Amino acid sequence: MSTTEQPVLLKKDYKSDQDIRWCPGCGDYAILNAVINAFTKLQKKLHETVIVSGIGCSSRFPYYMETYGFHTIHGRAPAVATGVKVSNPALDVWVVTGDGDAMSIGGNHFIHTMRRNVGLKILMFNNRIYGLTKGQYSPTSEQGKVTKSSPMGSVDYPFSPIALALGAGATFVGRSVDIFLSHLEELVCKASAHTGTALCEIYQNCNIFNDGAYKTVTEKDTREERVLQLEHGKPLLFGADKGKGIAFDASFQPYIVTGADLGKAFIWDETAETPAPAMALATMSESEFPVPIGVFRRRDKPNFESGVQAQVAAAKAKKQTTLHELLHQGEIWEVK
Amino acid sequence: MQNAPNSPAAVKPIKDIDQVVIRFAGDSGDGMQLTGDQFTRTTALMGNDIATFPDFPAEIRAPAGTLPGVSAFQLRFSSFDIHTPGDSPDVLVAMNPAALKAHIQELSKDGVLILNTGSFSALDLKKAKYEKDPRTDGTLSGWRVIEVDLAARTKEALATSTLDARGKERCKNMYALGILYWMFHRDMEPTIKSIQQKFAKKGDIVEANLMAMKAGYLYAEVTEVFQTAYRVAPAKLKPGTYRNIMGNQALCLGLVAAGQQSGLQMFLGSYPITPASDILHQLSTYKNLNVVTFQAEDEIAAVCSAIGASYSGSIGLTSTSGPGLALKAEAIGLAVMAELPLVVINVQRAGPSTGMPTKTQQADLLQAMHGRNGESPVAILAPSTPGDAFECGFEAVRIALQFMTPVIVLSDGYIANGSEPWLLPDIEQLPKIGVKFAPEQTSGEKFMPYARDQKTLARVWAKPGTKGLTHRIGGLEKADLTGNISYEPANHQHMVDTRAKKIANIADAVGEATTFGPDSGDILVLGWGSTRGAITSAVLQMQEQGHKVSACFLRWLNPLPRNLGNLLKQYKRVILPELNKGQLCSMIRAKYLVDVDSYSKVDGQPFKSQEVLDYLNNAMTRLKGGK
Repeated sequence: MSTTEQPVLLKKDYKSDQDIRWCPGCGDYAILNAVINAFTKLQKKLHETVIVSGIGCSSRFPYYMETYGFHTIHGRAPAVATGVKVSNPALDVWVVTGDGDAMSIGGNHFIHTMRRNVGLKILMFNNRIYGLTKGQYSPTSEQGKVTKSSPMGSVDYPFSPIALALGAGATFVGRSVDIFLSHLEELVCKASAHTGTALCEIYQNCNIFNDGAYKTVTEKDTREERVLQLEHGKPLLFGADKGKGIAFDASFQPYIVTGADLGKAFIWDETAETPAPAMALATMSESEFPVPIGVFRRRDKPNFESGVQAQVAAAKAKKQTTLHELLHQGEIWEVK
Repeated sequence: MQNAPNSPAAVKPIKDIDQVVIRFAGDSGDGMQLTGDQFTRTTALMGNDIATFPDFPAEIRAPAGTLPGVSAFQLRFSSFDIHTPGDSPDVLVAMNPAALKAHIQELSKDGVLILNTGSFSALDLKKAKYEKDPRTDGTLSGWRVIEVDLAARTKEALATSTLDARGKERCKNMYALGILYWMFHRDMEPTIKSIQQKFAKKGDIVEANLMAMKAGYLYAEVTEVFQTAYRVAPAKLKPGTYRNIMGNQALCLGLVAAGQQSGLQMFLGSYPITPASDILHQLSTYKNLNVVTFQAEDEIAAVCSAIGASYSGSIGLTSTSGPGLALKAEAIGLAVMAELPLVVINVQRAGPSTGMPTKTQQADLLQAMHGRNGESPVAILAPSTPGDAFECGFEAVRIALQFMTPVIVLSDGYIANGSEPWLLPDIEQLPKIGVKFAPEQTSGEKFMPYARDQKTLARVWAKPGTKGLTHRIGGLEKADLTGNISYEPANHQHMVDTRAKKIANIADAVGEATTFGPDSGDILVLGWGSTRGAITSAVLQMQEQGHKVSACFLRWLNPLPRNLGNLLKQYKRVILPELNKGQLCSMIRAKYLVDVDSYSKVDGQPFKSQEVLDYLNNAMTRLKGGK
């Protein structure tokens, strides 16, 4: 951008006049900042942007943005947003949700949104805990987690939202972390450019009920070892001086390569037709492997709303029917 | 009446009668619904008044020949104005022993039974749980039984057809239809056209079906067992253009008409459920009329997508049946809170739980009234006949838009699948539905999403995409005007009161209750929804007997008409027949402190007019006896 051009909208223009009610120190503040940065960078028009949310801490998000916002009911934001987007595909529709909202009560809407490839951008804040109800385990909490509702440790196995999305046929799947401001901003920009459903899983620290859930990912001294940054067209490398890599065997089992074998590190292609490498990364053991962040998958595919509206347009072009004709369809007769 | 074209000239005597009730009963696979439908269309085109009652099992194909697999279609046609499909059939066509067993007790005294003897093997009898052959053990004494081996006759008639044996056998319903067409002096031409159209690409099927029908007609004419043909003169219906219509169809047309009159796009979010699925099917064919349909992943997504569509400026619709309404409850509450237009169609069926999906009931009234958390009032209306569903669909949209509120339409299985001749409305007379979206704002002034129309109390509708109107809404309680989150006690009281007042105000936009019969008297029969036909017949008969009995039919259940309280007090007794355990009765009693007498029935069947008449006669006797 040249220095003489001033952006029409500044960061402050994207902020609403409402007081923010998240706990001090919550990761949500950082996410809000990153999203505002991205929106400012993209110069999104306030009146053409709609943010739809469900229920939970994350779902208060729309109140803090000076766009159109709809704070709906638990788990249903993707369903409401689908109605918004299909009715008016010109709108830029974002969904803000959490791991309880999207993975538990709203799991059904989540997978079917992906399946249909509705042009929604979904920001899922994953803090691996229920925050607003004060600390019960969530579908992404690790097994054995001791919470108020699992005093002896949770028996549930968690699942990977990324793997779930890939399994449901998602065309854009990415992951970032609340405090990785520029990485997150970049991911939001990439999601914004995608025409189908774009899922961004955002690791978010709940400093009240699950503090430090991502500590090894975010702490400076462990970050290099624990984070695998996915970069399109580049090998999967991590660790000090990128001295380690991830390779796959013939059945897409990942393994770590070092030294002379570093050349075997897999060259990442986020646009690959097969979801197998992305699925392998999404499901690899967190204790043995680093945590991948970045874009897992990005594929072009016609979105749902354009398909629906195309049928409407085709039907209108093919046959104009007046109300009179509609009522007089079928067999009619006159009584005199 | 002239002899029907393509029909052999009638040579047997013809007797004039003023009405007939016919019931076709057979296996689910016997094509009884199609047969009934063909008879209905023909009869409607011939100018009779007609009412139909399809009664079929929920199972697509229960084991052939068994009692659970029996499917029936009753129709009544007449030379005068009728209100119900009749209580008991004058003619019963039974395609197998199971159909006979399930329906013979309903056949009127001296009624005619046409029995397909081709399906009376020992195995057929066993499947129907007959220990002895009912044809020989006296079971059928008292009825005029006409035995026809439909399978053999049809096979004979189709000797030259290229269809295989199974295909030929499946034409036996058309053979039966031909017999009935002769008996009741019907024109075969409409059916010929319809079959030709329906199987346009299958010439052999068209040929076989029509050959079977004509053979049946000829058989009835030449065999001695059929001695008389009957003729029912056209009814003296109100002049105009008519078509035969089912309730679900009429409802769809009403919705679309309202959409056209408002100029807005309609969006139906729906999940298939009996008996409402046809609404999704039909609306999905109206894309050229600016209707978008979305088959959602579940009932909740269906209503939520409709709410999203309304939020963005379309007319959000969702269609379902009772269990689906239960699932939609929380989302309807959101629409109440967000004050967005939404039309929820509930085609009621017998509950609770899965209940009896293909049987009718009116037991979702209190669910519609109160089945949400918190104080969550919505507008509710109910169609009373298949044709009335058109007006109700139209009105539901009009009120939802004018008052920015969810409106629940309580139809039921009886209306949804029943049919009647429908006088097409004059389109010029349909009101325009004016919608004013909040205009673009450039002043920088803060937009107030909860600013209200002072008369209706409806809030403004601001479409995303409009400059200067960005705002946030949601399910949390909000401050009036600004829509900001508010937990202020006084504000919450004010908002709960305002939402209630807004629904109450709808009474000014929908008119007052009227009575059929004198304005005061001994008995007022109050009715809502599909009980109208049976009540009308019964009340007419009471009036003919000289009793001071009137009827009042409520279209709007919430809000109730302004004059209803006063109206109820003009009669000594108020009787309320409804297909539930007294739901409207409890509402009326609570609201008006009137000692309403509940006449409840919950057997999955509509009221017979005789049942209502008997109840009224008993009530009148008690009243006159001073008891």
